[in-house]
Formats: sequence, structure tokens, C-alpha cells
Amino acid sequence: MELKTKINAESGRQDLVITREFDLPVELLFKAYVEPEIVEQWMGTKVLKLENKRHGSWQFETKNPGGNVVFRANGVIHEFSPERRIIRTFEMEGAPFGVQLEFLDFEKLSDERSKLNIHVVYQSVAQRDQLLQLPFAQGLNMAHNRLQEIVGKLK
Amino acid sequence: MNLRRDVFQAIADPTRRAILLLVASQSMTAGAIAGNFDTARPTVSKHLQILIECELLKQEQNGREIYYHLNPQKMKEIADYIEPFRKMWDDRFNKLEEIMKKYKGKK
Repeated sequence: MELKTKINAESGRQDLVITREFDLPVELLFKAYVEPEIVEQWMGTKVLKLENKRHGSWQFETKNPGGNVVFRANGVIHEFSPERRIIRTFEMEGAPFGVQLEFLDFEKLSDERSKLNIHVVYQSVAQRDQLLQLPFAQGLNMAHNRLQEIVGKLK
Repeated sequence: MNLRRDVFQAIADPTRRAILLLVASQSMTAGAIAGNFDTARPTVSKHLQILIECELLKQEQNGREIYYHLNPQKMKEIADYIEPFRKMWDDRFNKLEEIMKKYKGKK
């Protein structure tokens, strides 16, 4: 089975690469990264700030149904080249994972298809490995809770 | 955690990955494994030792010969390690694709 999203995380390195091909024109793929209300939908978080420009900054926040903040992250944008490239930092607030540097490359494959390549650089090998394990413990739980919440509303 | 990292160091080496591929289909003796490589026999033995130490390979005595075979459980552990992270991104991107297809339709 061909996996749509691929992760290349070689051992002993402090970086990793996420690649994914989309059945979307590159303009729409890029839009999903810059329009706050669209980012909110697929990232499942609230966008407090998203300044899509060089030296701009961003901040996301997720609250649980009780109104408590369970996730907050922020960073600055170093490069913003429409439909081509975003370079930004990412820092999870109140977590011991440091700041990571992200290079997002958007590539047009055809009029209807595009590719996203995300190169993430961490402060250390140990931090990368910890973050790789995080979804196992936390992220998946959150996604699961969110799913239950949505399903709960449907009932 | 420490043991786990050892496993990842073990599979980072191309020769060791090739050994794992070789014994995936059938148990083999050290001699038979070494026969598939140009590297010196002691080098192959060292690779085997590392794979044994991190439990990716298991030894089995058969008469006078020792056979090496894969430990599927340990291999699965490696596959599972990154999978939740990959799945998280895959889910997000599937959602992104779905949302943008609808967005496109609306325009």
C-alpha cells in the first residue's frame, strides 16, 4: 500500500522530512496554510494570530471543552514566498521541546496536483525523538477526544 | 529509551539493514550471511552481534550450526514508533485535502 504521507527520520539526526502529494492545485494547498479559518479547520486549533509576511509571527491555541488551554504554540516567519515557500519557527509553549525550524516547500506537480515538503530541524537528536513519540502519548489522545466530541454532537 | 535508540542506530547502517532483509525470508548461518557481502567475515560478525544485542535478530542452535532469524516483534516495534506521528500528519493532510476540494467546488 502506498502511503500518502511519508516521514523520513533517520536515526541519530536532529531533523526529519515530511512529504505529501495532494490532489489539489498548489494555489489551494498554499491557501490552506495562510487563511486562518481554513488552518483552524484542518489543524484543529484556534488561530490567534497569523501574519503571513517576512518577520511576521503566528500563534495557535487549543482549548478543551472546559475552556482550559491544552495547547499553545507560536513562532515567527522568516520567509513568505506565495505558493512556493514558507520558513518559520515553531515553539510549543510550556513544553520542554525547544524551538524548531521549519522549511515548507510547495511544489506544483500539474495543474491539479501539488506536493508539500516539510523539513523540520530540532535543537537536538533527543528533542526530535521525544517529539516523534509525542503523538503516541498525547496527540493521538487529543485527536481521539476531538473525534468523540464531534461524533457526540452528531448523535 | 536507551535501548530503543540503540535499535535505531542498528538499522541506520546499510549493511545491517541488508542483513535484516536477507534473514527476513529464511534463517541463515553466519557463514551464509557473510557470503552475500564483500566485507570481511569479522565485520559481518560484528554487525550480527549488534543486531543480536538490540534483539532484532535471534539465534537458534540447529545441530552444530547456529542460525540467525528475524525477531518480528522487535521489527514491529520500530515500525510502530514513527507510525503515530505519521498518522497524525496523514489525518491532518487528508482533512486539508478534503476541505480544499470543497472550497474549490464552492468557487
